[in-house]
Amino acid sequence: MAKITLKDLSHSYLTKQSNDADWALRGVDIDWKDGGAYALLGPSGCGKTTLLNIISGLLKPTKGKILFDDKDITALNPVERDIAQIFQFPVIYDTMTVYDNLAFPLKNRGLSKTEIDTKVKEIGEMLELTSTLNNKAAGLTADGKQKISLGRGLVRSDVNVIMFDEPLTVIDPHLKWVLRSKLKELHQKINRTMIYVTHDQIEALTFADEVVVMHEGQIVQTGTPVELFEKPKHTFVGHFIGSPGMNILPCEIVNGQINFEGKILPNSTNIIKTNFSKTQVGIRPEFINFSNEGIEVKIKRVSDTGRHKVIDTECSSGSIKILANASAEIPSDSAYITFDQKYTYVYGDDWIIE
Amino acid sequence: MNKTSNQKAWFFVIPVFALVAFNAVVPLMTVVNYSFQETFGSNVFQWEGTRWFKEILHSERFHSSLGRQFIFTFIILLIQLPLGIAIALTMPKKGWGVPVCLILMSMPLLIPWNVVGAMWNIFALPDIGFLGNSLNSLGFDYNFTQQSGDAWFTTILMDVWHWTSLVVLLSYAGLNSIQPAYYQAAEIDGAGRWDIFRYIELPKMKKVLTLAILLRFMDSFMIYTEPFVLTGGGPGNATNFLSLDLVKMALGQFDLGPAAAMSLIYFLIVLLMCWVFYSLMMKDEGRT
Repeated sequence: MAKITLKDLSHSYLTKQSNDADWALRGVDIDWKDGGAYALLGPSGCGKTTLLNIISGLLKPTKGKILFDDKDITALNPVERDIAQIFQFPVIYDTMTVYDNLAFPLKNRGLSKTEIDTKVKEIGEMLELTSTLNNKAAGLTADGKQKISLGRGLVRSDVNVIMFDEPLTVIDPHLKWVLRSKLKELHQKINRTMIYVTHDQIEALTFADEVVVMHEGQIVQTGTPVELFEKPKHTFVGHFIGSPGMNILPCEIVNGQINFEGKILPNSTNIIKTNFSKTQVGIRPEFINFSNEGIEVKIKRVSDTGRHKVIDTECSSGSIKILANASAEIPSDSAYITFDQKYTYVYGDDWIIE
Repeated sequence: MNKTSNQKAWFFVIPVFALVAFNAVVPLMTVVNYSFQETFGSNVFQWEGTRWFKEILHSERFHSSLGRQFIFTFIILLIQLPLGIAIALTMPKKGWGVPVCLILMSMPLLIPWNVVGAMWNIFALPDIGFLGNSLNSLGFDYNFTQQSGDAWFTTILMDVWHWTSLVVLLSYAGLNSIQPAYYQAAEIDGAGRWDIFRYIELPKMKKVLTLAILLRFMDSFMIYTEPFVLTGGGPGNATNFLSLDLVKMALGQFDLGPAAAMSLIYFLIVLLMCWVFYSLMMKDEGRT
């Protein structure tokens, strides 16, 4: 178990870098507490797997440092770092039995037979693999195999951190839920630091205490699921989290106030800095209400998702999505909407203005 | 549920039947026909029953050429498989070395078989050949046309040179299809180089290696052209392998009946051995 600190970490797969796009990771700083459950969330190609491989030691960062419990381990290899990693698809040793698969990391570390036996049985029990311990690992189903790769990480007691690289990709949807709750339960039971990489916001938000959202090699926001939802610090977080994502529309800033569609929007903060190349207003579909006055919109389409209605509307600055209760009455053609002041944010060059 | 009957489909199969009949069934049946009869030419045949089969199965000559054939095949499999895997493991995985290695490896496979025989014949000649001459000037008494040990050595060396590449290319393809995550997981699990080979690479290469063993078994068991050109089966009968012996019997002595019986026995041995290899190696596949 360990506290993990990443200091100004940058990585590039190229030998020479000329611009930002050549970097897979740019200036990542993270402080993760011992025993926490964290998620790295972002679309494909945002650098999350690169970051994970740097933490596990499979990749050496171009710049920056990695500290476990304030000890610099940047130069150590994966074995010396004492980490465990679970990959996108189950990695098992086909020719071994389930038991031997679980025992393999312990054997390589020179533990005695009896120690190995107790540990393997304990983990087998925990993952509900006891009945299949003596079967060939190759004969198991995808979720059984993924449990084995998870087990190979859990079986070692010296593990600093367990990392998951989109571990549910190949698992059937109905088993995803089961395995996810199992992970959560394991985290509470063994209390080790866990890092979970995914592009699926639901997986990230249900698993982690704290979610790190990545975009183009940078961390755009770190926070609890609620924080990410209620106050996205970057337009990307607004887009990426929530379904449908945040409405982000161009606006102007006049005398410290938001001017949107020729109307002054109520906003609690007074904006001082104004020299942005682009300014936008952001509001989640959940925080828009129909009203008798405000911004005029045309209603384009209403889709019923069961619990909610998603209303596509159009104003002169662009389209706005609104989320309403399934039972709500929806105006038919044109309507006026107002934004909840508490959840209306202004973004300058994609970053929140506070 | 009723199956729809569509007899028209048979028409589409007819061309294949015709082709297979001409290139396999008809010639094979001719051989079967010969194997039960005796002929003295001029298309006059006389029924002999199973006489030729009994004779071949009890013949000293057949036993010794079959024995030589098994020893040869066994030796070349024993050399080519480990060597091929070892070369594939040391080949680069990316960069300019990949095409260079692949082309170098494919070269021997592209050379016509009789050319390989002729090349090695000249290469190994004790007086003017580079190999033969060098060995003799190094103090070895080497002469593959006179000494049976040297003839075996040369034939095996030639086959290793000619065919190890096939094992290399198949193994290399197998190795390249292994996902990097397996190596990463092994690294994290603290596995050594031997463990990685034993538990990851070898099991993942199982299918291509099965193919390599089957192909190498069949080809080496039926080897003809190269030893025909290199040693002609000599000195004496030292490198007289099955197919060389068969051709001598059929065309050299014009013993069509016994040669046909021998062909069929030969064919059945190859078939049986391939089946045994295949079922042994695929034994576990059904359960996965």
